[in-house]
Amino acid sequence: MKEQEGPGGPPKPKRAGFGGRPASSSSSSEESGEDGGEPQEPAEELLADDATIDLVADRAKAGVDEVLAELDRELVGLLPVKQRISEIAALLLVDRARRRFGLESERPNLHMSFTGSPGTGKTTVAMRMASLLHRLGYLRRGHLVAVTRDDLVGQYVGHTAPKTKDVVKRAMGGLLFIDEAYYLYRPENERDYGQESIEILLQVMENDRDDLVVVLAGYADRMDVFFKSNPGMSSRVGHHLDFPEYDVKELLDISGLILAKQNFRLDPEAEPVLRDYLTRRREQPRFANARSVRNALERARLRQARRLVTAEGDVSKDDLVTLIADDFLGSRVFDGEPDDESDTDAAGRPAEESAEEPVKESAGG
Amino acid sequence: MRITQGQFSYLPELTDEEISAQVQYALDREWPLSIEYTDDPHPRNTYWEMHDLPMFDLKDAAGVVKEINEARKQHPEHYIRVNAYDATLSRQTVAMSYIVQRPSEEPGFRLERTEDSNRQIRYTTHAYVTDVPTGQRYKQNQQ
Amino acid sequence: MTVTDDPKTEAPKTVKKKRDDAERFKSGVIPYAEMGYWEPDYEIKVTDVLCAFRITPQPGVPPEEAGAAVAGESSTATWTVVWTDRLTTHTHYQAKCYKVDPVNGRDDQWIAYIAYDIDLFEEGSIANLTSSIIGNVFGFKALKALRLEDMRIPVAYTKTFQGPAHGIVVEREYLGKFGRPLLGATTKPKLGLSARNYGRVVYEACRGGLDFTKDDENINSQPFMRWRDRFLYSMEGVNRAQAETGEVKGHYLNVTAATMEEMYERAEFAKALGSVIIMIDLTVGYTAIQSMAKWARANGVLLHLHRAGHGTYTRQKDHGVSFRVIAKWMRLAGVDHIHAGTVVGKLEGDPMATAGFYDTLRKDQVEVDLSKGLFFEQDWGRMGACMPVASGGIHAGQMHQLLHYLGEDVILQFGGGTIGHPMGIAAGAEANRVALEAMVKARNEGRDYMKEGRDILKLAAKSNAALDAALDLWGDITFDYTSTDVPDVVATPTQS
Repeated sequence: MKEQEGPGGPPKPKRAGFGGRPASSSSSSEESGEDGGEPQEPAEELLADDATIDLVADRAKAGVDEVLAELDRELVGLLPVKQRISEIAALLLVDRARRRFGLESERPNLHMSFTGSPGTGKTTVAMRMASLLHRLGYLRRGHLVAVTRDDLVGQYVGHTAPKTKDVVKRAMGGLLFIDEAYYLYRPENERDYGQESIEILLQVMENDRDDLVVVLAGYADRMDVFFKSNPGMSSRVGHHLDFPEYDVKELLDISGLILAKQNFRLDPEAEPVLRDYLTRRREQPRFANARSVRNALERARLRQARRLVTAEGDVSKDDLVTLIADDFLGSRVFDGEPDDESDTDAAGRPAEESAEEPVKESAGG
Repeated sequence: MRITQGQFSYLPELTDEEISAQVQYALDREWPLSIEYTDDPHPRNTYWEMHDLPMFDLKDAAGVVKEINEARKQHPEHYIRVNAYDATLSRQTVAMSYIVQRPSEEPGFRLERTEDSNRQIRYTTHAYVTDVPTGQRYKQNQQ
Repeated sequence: MTVTDDPKTEAPKTVKKKRDDAERFKSGVIPYAEMGYWEPDYEIKVTDVLCAFRITPQPGVPPEEAGAAVAGESSTATWTVVWTDRLTTHTHYQAKCYKVDPVNGRDDQWIAYIAYDIDLFEEGSIANLTSSIIGNVFGFKALKALRLEDMRIPVAYTKTFQGPAHGIVVEREYLGKFGRPLLGATTKPKLGLSARNYGRVVYEACRGGLDFTKDDENINSQPFMRWRDRFLYSMEGVNRAQAETGEVKGHYLNVTAATMEEMYERAEFAKALGSVIIMIDLTVGYTAIQSMAKWARANGVLLHLHRAGHGTYTRQKDHGVSFRVIAKWMRLAGVDHIHAGTVVGKLEGDPMATAGFYDTLRKDQVEVDLSKGLFFEQDWGRMGACMPVASGGIHAGQMHQLLHYLGEDVILQFGGGTIGHPMGIAAGAEANRVALEAMVKARNEGRDYMKEGRDILKLAAKSNAALDAALDLWGDITFDYTSTDVPDVVATPTQS
């Protein structure tokens, strides 16, 4: 399980001066996000019927645009997803405005499903979503708890309920992100404990909707099957966000972002080679979008290092930062074989250990 | 009678909202919370029963309050208390402890005196409720 | 502390260099500085005992010479040269004054820093430590006044002391009381009550809501009430209150007596009666305190210390021993409780200086903080902490200030503030407990309780008549006198 600090992570308690115990209290229930995203309590005084609300100002105050801008910086493409987030933000702004006039309505259902291939930015979007919901006052803490089946389902009788409940308690006030949620449901094994976890999650999604938001994520086709077999889940999900596969141009943009961050650049001759690589890789099995790009670059760095060390003569700064065509041409992809993505990557890290996507490759994936 | 163990026994019973604020105070300091219950409120009864394991790594009080209500449902006529624990080096002990449920009637304690020589008296505090076997205590109130 | 351009910093010119051995041991009287007690280049060892003395030299005596004299007189030196020094590695045993800092706003005072090798002291003996450091030197004629401000006890030496018989953690676990200051009251009137009446006060205060009651420091075994009777009736009161509240209660039974034998006899009897705590006075002396601390740990009884008499040497800023040093010695000696000031009550106590005492008693690592009068770092090496006791002229209406200044690990003792309650002793106790719990609750809820203190109390008083009456009676009483013992360095003004 991975937990990410929300934008308004709890402030460290001040261990104030007198004697080693927190004598003066730090602000406890209310926390301010570093970016000023205060959870907005429902306004205490109702507005008069003839009052007006400046939604644009509200939107600015809640920092909706900042969240979207952050997403734009972090994630290439994904226009439909960004569009949906913007819509959800609008929905919530209006919902808040209605409340201030005392127009009672049920809190909007915020549980969501994120469908798409690995490496398409689901976890990153989930983090930003948590932050957005926190800024708008729909989540008290705005942290993200990302889990898979292993974190929820136990190995023996009586093991599952405490595990799932523990995860739920940790996610309270934030967003619970269940990756490859369909693995919870294994119809082929009638004694599977996943069903127990699903039951608890259903209850939580119904009864504790004020306290946490659940996001179910995974491949689109499998999620479809999952929702069909678990209509209860399906009916509790309010928003479906589909994450499209990246096209080659977007993949190239992603590699540009990664390289820039790591102080590398592509030799002009390497560019078409990388494009060719990505075109081929995209068609092969186990393609994981952004993560595959990252892995390809890691492997290219490995080849570059080997090349520089074995070459005669001195190495310049330019040599150190440049990846050339040969660094990519060594890939098995050009032999028509897929790179083994499940292997460790060039830096020796497990392939799934990417800053963006704490997604596990589960068996059968 | 009202036993006055815990941090807030001299105040009106805490509402769930007030409990939530206290829990959040602990969570903000990274103190794990635990819930305990008992049908033997003797002041020297250190080990109340644990309702599940202590809850680590929570961010928000809602999860704890949910668990408190679960404990209340399971033990409607027991004493229930919430503890927060501070694992900081050179503290490593309970940092907070307060009662969040009492039986509807608290019969209290009898003070037994055994007269000894030289005017000495040996004292024993005896909880009336422990005259009944555990599991049947406070039963009359449980319907 | 900053050095100003004051002409007094010119003083070193008048001090001559350390002499070599042949020079040094010529018969006669030579300045201490030249005998090697002034060593500005000295490198402090982690095992050194360090002292900060406030020195006021006689006119004409340079501060380095005065500091060196203090170092000399509190270690190897005598007034004249003795050849027998040469039979030892005298440089090893010499204390070294390594720094003198001018005092802010005073042109006749300096802080002299002196290092002592750990070899100079017997393991685990406060008596030996104090005989060395403050044995003779305080009467020294070359000084107008001398005050021991602070000490750094090296971990190596700390580890030779028992330390608190139980410590705060064990005490809280033993009593089952967490997350709030504890409450106590001293039985009043101080003198004259018969044992039977005395026990009534104990009973009422404990059942009303206090955790402890306390004998006064001068309640020992006088004609109006012999100790054994007091113990019997007090324990009746404690046990009755315990049964009535379902809470552990205690009464500090003062076992202070003329001889160790009598103290042990009284302590044994307190233990036999099942008391959770006994008490001694500072006046019994350091060795007796250490003995009682050993007894307390061996017998599982908490040990409370009343600092009776300390004001005679701790209060004046120019001369004596700072209470922070006494506090340090008492933590080493092994008491579980010690009176350490209230800030807001009737007895001496500047907020910052008091904060320094509390840090010394409660923290494991104490940082240098001149605004709190802490001259040295102190690593306690995980020695248990002492519970500070705030006692003297405090009442429920000050609860927000008490919690703010004194924190959570403290015992608040409301003597008059309990027993003087118009509705009775139990009501007084209840008022204090309600005020305390309301304030802790508000603090935890994130309220600005220092600012809203009165409102928080007033709201709590709405559902509690006892607190209502207490606020009505004492709400406005304050003791606003200027403290005499304040740190030289002022950080920020404190609220009152």
